Amino acid sequence: MKKYILKRLLQIIPVLLGITFLSFALMHVAGSDAVTEMYANKGAVSQEIIDAKRAELGLDKPFLVQYFSWLGGFLTGNLGTSYVSGKNVFDTFLSKLPATLLLTLLSVVATIIISIPLGIIAAVRHDRVTDYILRFLSFIGNSLPNFFVALLFLQLFAIRLHWLPSISEGVSLKSAILPTMTLAIAMSAKYMRQVRAAVLEELGRNYVEGARARGIRGRIILWKSVLRSALLTILTLLALSIGSLLGGTAIIESIFMWDGVGKLAVDSITMRDYPMIQAYVVWMAAIYVLINLVTDLLYHYLDPRIRLEAGKAS
Amino acid sequence: MGKVLQYQHVDIAYRGNTVIHDVSFSVEDGEILGIVGESGSGKSTLLRAAMGLLGDTGMVTQGDIWYKGKDLPDLSDAKRRTINGPGIGMIFQNAGSSFCPVRTIGSQLYEAMTEHTRITRKAFQATAVDTLGKLGFHDAPDLLARYPFELSGGMQQRIGIAAAVLLHPEIILADEPTSALDVTVQKQVVQELLKIRQLYHTAMLLVTHNIGVVNAMADHVLVLKEGRVVEYGETEQVLRHPNQEYTRRLMDAVPRIRRGMSS
Amino acid sequence: MRKTAEKKTEYGPDSLSGNSDTREVRKIQIQEESVQKTPAVRIQKVRHNNVKKRLILFGALVVLLLILTVFSGYLTPYDPDAQNLAIAKMAPSAAHLMGTDRYGRDMLSRVIAGSRASIFSALLLVAVSTIAGTAIGIFCGWAGGIWDTVLMRISDIFLAFPGLVFALAIAGVLGGGIQNAIFALAAVNWPRYARLARSQTLVQKTKTYMEAARLSGSSTWKLITKHILPNIIGPILVTSMLDIGTMIMELAGLSFLGLGAKPPTAEWGSMMSDARSMITTAPWIVFSPGIAIFLSVMIFNLFGDTLRDWVDPKRRI
Repeated sequence: MKKYILKRLLQIIPVLLGITFLSFALMHVAGSDAVTEMYANKGAVSQEIIDAKRAELGLDKPFLVQYFSWLGGFLTGNLGTSYVSGKNVFDTFLSKLPATLLLTLLSVVATIIISIPLGIIAAVRHDRVTDYILRFLSFIGNSLPNFFVALLFLQLFAIRLHWLPSISEGVSLKSAILPTMTLAIAMSAKYMRQVRAAVLEELGRNYVEGARARGIRGRIILWKSVLRSALLTILTLLALSIGSLLGGTAIIESIFMWDGVGKLAVDSITMRDYPMIQAYVVWMAAIYVLINLVTDLLYHYLDPRIRLEAGKAS
Repeated sequence: MGKVLQYQHVDIAYRGNTVIHDVSFSVEDGEILGIVGESGSGKSTLLRAAMGLLGDTGMVTQGDIWYKGKDLPDLSDAKRRTINGPGIGMIFQNAGSSFCPVRTIGSQLYEAMTEHTRITRKAFQATAVDTLGKLGFHDAPDLLARYPFELSGGMQQRIGIAAAVLLHPEIILADEPTSALDVTVQKQVVQELLKIRQLYHTAMLLVTHNIGVVNAMADHVLVLKEGRVVEYGETEQVLRHPNQEYTRRLMDAVPRIRRGMSS
Repeated sequence: MRKTAEKKTEYGPDSLSGNSDTREVRKIQIQEESVQKTPAVRIQKVRHNNVKKRLILFGALVVLLLILTVFSGYLTPYDPDAQNLAIAKMAPSAAHLMGTDRYGRDMLSRVIAGSRASIFSALLLVAVSTIAGTAIGIFCGWAGGIWDTVLMRISDIFLAFPGLVFALAIAGVLGGGIQNAIFALAAVNWPRYARLARSQTLVQKTKTYMEAARLSGSSTWKLITKHILPNIIGPILVTSMLDIGTMIMELAGLSFLGLGAKPPTAEWGSMMSDARSMITTAPWIVFSPGIAIFLSVMIFNLFGDTLRDWVDPKRRI
């Protein structure tokens, strides 16, 4: 097992490097624009001043040199200063991260509570009315763009009914309800179907038949055998969902004015604050890679087949 | 000696297509009946019908399967559950996959037992070890703690048999119990099944395409062709002096070793 | 002994919409007059799978939608750009089924006009991702070796970015505009097709017919186009179809954030963003394009789902 952990850790290093490289390359494309952007509204500026500014920001050095110096800074926690606020990018980013993580966590919990029971029910009662209804609902949920749902909720619960705030009053649970609901619906629509498929596949396996031949009740077969087997698949799928969730918070945070890194990213893009955008891109990817890694390790630990095989091998 | 299981004019259809036509036979108390036929003849389907394992697409469209005065296809799921296991047991061709891969053998056997009787974990352990011992397993407690995938194919098959026997059914339905095994293990399994009949007086309905196994075990033989009964009689008679052309061809197709077909 | 039990087992569709097998079990009453019992009879009713019918139905809907998009110029009841401040912000009525926006433009016409940007862009986007991704994937699967490793690592890196994160960044950096948005989403999307094409190619490569074809001396190009491509196109096509809906939503999302289509280009996402401030006073301006997105996505998803059932009926998702 330990060997496997090490192996996986080694595997993600090139990926992480690639992420940083790609993000940096992207920003570099815009890098020169940043300087021109800075002086865009200040009337005619001499080329010397632009060049000087470039040199100051280190934008005149060759690409790879810039990359490695940036990477070095990155690894020591220095991601540069924001073009807009002049503050330390890393600090700003870190200060907004908990809000996004909270939202993500709440949405994941909500999704689990909704999708897993419904997915199981749909699988157990597959091809019957309940299943049909659930799949229909999930289909609708999949076809609604999340910002549309957000606006719908905003209109209904905040503006019409005044039950919940339309603009987040700080990072509070009350303000989190609407964005969480929005995110949870989109996630659940997809995830419920996946849960259903996973359980359905388990239900089709031979051991279910074997258990029935031994006269065991359906409910027991479900809880003790099927779900235990399907749990692994369900967990892996959850990780994938979290990934798309992390990517989707940006729009939702903007709409609800939730002060997290997603909103920060959108604002930064609008204001062309490239260091900030860069930090966002790299960090979100890194977090996603980490989540996948943890899920993979968890999977390997929980599946007795793999655990024992690995044990024997090492 | 009464009839344990009786099929009367049974028709079975999958999605509207009849695959079993007017099949009738019975199994007496303690008898071993072998059902032979080529693949696709419907042998497994016959067994599954008795257990209610035909799935969503299969159905006994005509006829009755009698067990203890009950017509099996008409039983509710709840009643079925009381019969599956302690009344009628089943052994699958691939016994290993008939167990949940992420649970230990012991927990699954225990689950099967507690479903039908009240028994403590300790008592179960004792019974299981005892029965496994009688069946020739050497390290029963260790075996019970293992996961299915940890066992060899032959071991898995024998555990599958043990699981069925543990519930002391009156009849065991065996679906190609030796087909997935090496020849040496096949012999072991055959001997084990015969021993079970000897110890517990269990009847058996043995489905197989292996004539050698049938010869070694069965009292009577039923020959199935495309869902219909072609011949039915005592083993000796059917195998050596078949009445029907089809049966003759089936027997001729079996390679014979000069040693003779003795068990 | 009279048996009058009636048991009905009915179940719904195998995929979302439509019907597969429905079975009705009816038992005929059996009266026992003599000691001899007549065998019980149970009727199994089977309704056949109508995937083909559904495919045609939803395919027709897709075609209708496409026609609407292509001929949107002629199908608008009013000129989508004609302003008339006198009737601005009017609620939906008989004359204006979706009401009017803040400049008095007919919303229905705006929405129909917007279909061009919203749907065509998505189609273009999917086409580009599919073709580029598939080409790369086949190449990797076929050639193997260092190319395979490098390209797959690259696609891994792209796939390491969750959801819209990278697309947002690309679109943002390139400065918005619908072409940049298309590029951004395509750049993030091709790896999926590359992986799929690659794994499918690998599967086909090992099949015996490939050996035979190779031995008969066919050129690499021929092998790929005549043998591999037709066999892998099924799943790839299904993935593309199912992707269209998602892409429509993601494009609209980018436009909503101001990173896609910019006014005055009519596009559903940007329309919704423009109208946000009026959500209390004139909600129809915000929600009409939203409903349009929803319906289009649904039509494409219905078709994609049914296509998947047709191509691979064993799946039960």
